[in-house]
Amino acid sequence: MDATTHTSFRLSKSLAVLSAITPLVLLAGLIWWFFHGGSQLIERPVPPIEQISIRRVELKPGEFKLTIRNTGPMPVEMTLVTVDEAIWKAEFSPSPHLERLQEATVRIPFDWVSGDPYKIELFTASGLSFEKEIPVAVETPTPSARMFLVFSAMGFYVGILPVAFGILWLPFLRQLGKRWINFFLSFTIGLLVFLGVDALHEGFEVAGALPGVFSGVGLLAIGFLLAFLFITGIDQFLRSRPDAEGRDASLILAYMIAFGIGIHNLGEGLAIGSAYASGEIALGALLLLGFTIHNTTEGLAIVSPLARSRVRLFHLALLGIVGGAPAILGCWMGGFSYSDIASAFFLAIGAGAVFQVVWSIGVQMMKTAEGNLFHLSNAAGLMLGMVVMWATALLVSA
Amino acid sequence: MTSFEKPDSLAISRRRFLHRGAITVAGAAALTTFPAQKAQACMECLTEKLDGKYPIGKTTLVGDQVVPVSSTSASVTVPLQGQYQPELAEAMDPTRYLTAFDYGRVTPRGAGTSQREYLVVAEDKEIEVAKGLKFPAWVYNGFMPGPTLRATIGDRLIIYFENRGSKPHTIHFHGVHPANMDGVFEVVPEGKTFTYDFIAEPFGLFPYHCHMMPLRKHISRGLYGTLIVDPNPPRPTATEMIMVMHGLDVDLDMENEFYAVNGVANYYAEHPIEINVGEKVRIYLSNMTEFDLVNNFHLHANMFDYYPNGTSLQPAELTDTINLCQGQRGILEFSYKYPGMYMFHAHTSEFAELGWMGFFNVKS
Repeated sequence: MDATTHTSFRLSKSLAVLSAITPLVLLAGLIWWFFHGGSQLIERPVPPIEQISIRRVELKPGEFKLTIRNTGPMPVEMTLVTVDEAIWKAEFSPSPHLERLQEATVRIPFDWVSGDPYKIELFTASGLSFEKEIPVAVETPTPSARMFLVFSAMGFYVGILPVAFGILWLPFLRQLGKRWINFFLSFTIGLLVFLGVDALHEGFEVAGALPGVFSGVGLLAIGFLLAFLFITGIDQFLRSRPDAEGRDASLILAYMIAFGIGIHNLGEGLAIGSAYASGEIALGALLLLGFTIHNTTEGLAIVSPLARSRVRLFHLALLGIVGGAPAILGCWMGGFSYSDIASAFFLAIGAGAVFQVVWSIGVQMMKTAEGNLFHLSNAAGLMLGMVVMWATALLVSA
Repeated sequence: MTSFEKPDSLAISRRRFLHRGAITVAGAAALTTFPAQKAQACMECLTEKLDGKYPIGKTTLVGDQVVPVSSTSASVTVPLQGQYQPELAEAMDPTRYLTAFDYGRVTPRGAGTSQREYLVVAEDKEIEVAKGLKFPAWVYNGFMPGPTLRATIGDRLIIYFENRGSKPHTIHFHGVHPANMDGVFEVVPEGKTFTYDFIAEPFGLFPYHCHMMPLRKHISRGLYGTLIVDPNPPRPTATEMIMVMHGLDVDLDMENEFYAVNGVANYYAEHPIEINVGEKVRIYLSNMTEFDLVNNFHLHANMFDYYPNGTSLQPAELTDTINLCQGQRGILEFSYKYPGMYMFHAHTSEFAELGWMGFFNVKS
């Protein structure tokens, strides 16, 4: 940096402070002016469109309970409620009047039939209606010991078991030559790219369904970069420690893969838990098996960098837990208090983590591949990884 | 709202009725022709001179006039005879509407007939069509449905129409009249007036509505009502009610979200109509529902005589359910044998559960 040009712009301390706060003062003045009649010029005489988002539907015996939020630009007055196109009693608490971004619960006493579909419509004072479809009426689980166990078991089937199975491939991996190791690392990259793209796609879907006020896509970008930079930071930190020389870089890479896959599995658990809670996967056994098969290759991905290093059993167990256990946490969260905002955010974090790991494996391979990163066997491994994920994903596309 | 006071007695209201008739003879003489441009002046004379306050519910024949008779069950007065007062329309509700027959400003015309002058004003008005639910309606005389105009066969009807709304409107009456009184080609732009002038025939029940295009929009926004032409001599004395069945397209998407009789969804379910055991009830029923082809009326625990279109004095059938297509109408007559709470509603259950439901509270 050229010191002389730098100093030519130097201000006195007080002027510097003034320069820092001037834009803020101007902005505050504009806000004041807007709230004191200044906005009249651009205001239209038509009423702004009201916006209500139905955030959660709970089915209790003899009752629908909806959580709604006013996500429009103005206060909203709620009036009639219909269930399957029939006016029904409904109780709004704290009030049918919702200020901007305010939440309310709507209790509708209704003797619903288990397994039937329902359509609930909420009308505002100006006659706009907001609709929520319940595809299959199933009682919403409450955090009981039994439901806790059910969701834990789901997470176990979907996360822990398949990852553990995959880790058991390690002795086999150790028998392979260098080219085959690289083949499986490429396979892992392909697998992770598929997971990352899939998570991003789902993230965009969930974010797109979010009310506009939450800027869903922006939230995705935040989550993605947060995860990417966080894992990169941890990687840098571990490598820069004084004792890092003795530590096996491949173990760090394995943990990073496990972490990325773990966050991905958290998102998967969220989806499974919430779908189960809302009755969308009432016939869940086959679907769970699909997820188990789909996720078995994740274990292989985690241990693929470890083919040439000595690893203690403790680390293998911990890798399995880091990669698989978040699925259990996800099932709990999705089942007991699903939030589409959290879901979009976790999907973005998962994608960011997965792509960071793809990057790290690529860098690692670059160092050892002796300039032949795109060798036919590596390319074949990458494609095979993606195809295997695509094929096993067919099992879970319910 | 002192104008809604119940008249002290029948005698007083009848005296005021006759008094009013005398006042208007002179005014009517000047109006032997009824060009549209004179309508404004006429409305002024109406609002100045008329402060009608009439008992309603039953009708009877006095001389050659069909006049209202005070009813034991209906305790509401109609201040809107022959005129429109927005402040009084504010107080209108389906219970008042039920028995609010507008007989017009009456001038004897000879041969047992009368000349009846009515003022009908179209305007834009927000109507509360269900609890808290506001509908940006287009209305005749401040309420949806519009006023129930009533006359006797052979009467000369003079309807001063003023359009205070934001769109061109007309009034198209069903019944027999000349082409230029049909409210189709004689568009009344915003701020303008028109005078409909024709002889009421035949006797029966006739819907009226705006006939501007798009028709469905102009009707579903609230521009409809009923003209009752009584036979001479009139039908036997009964407790009479008007019921207009209609849809409520509250989000203006050309589909009905709710249904109602006389403007407000579920009103008579929350405010049951009180009648007595053995009391003869006559309902003038019409269907002004848009978007749905058929609406219907079902009476619980009873049967009614049905007179299609009200054009005969002989009932066509004894039934408990009647189907009406768009624009169809008829007269129902019944009385209850046992006391209690009885439901009436559209037998199209969807409509019933979306607001077209009510009760008769039959007292012994």
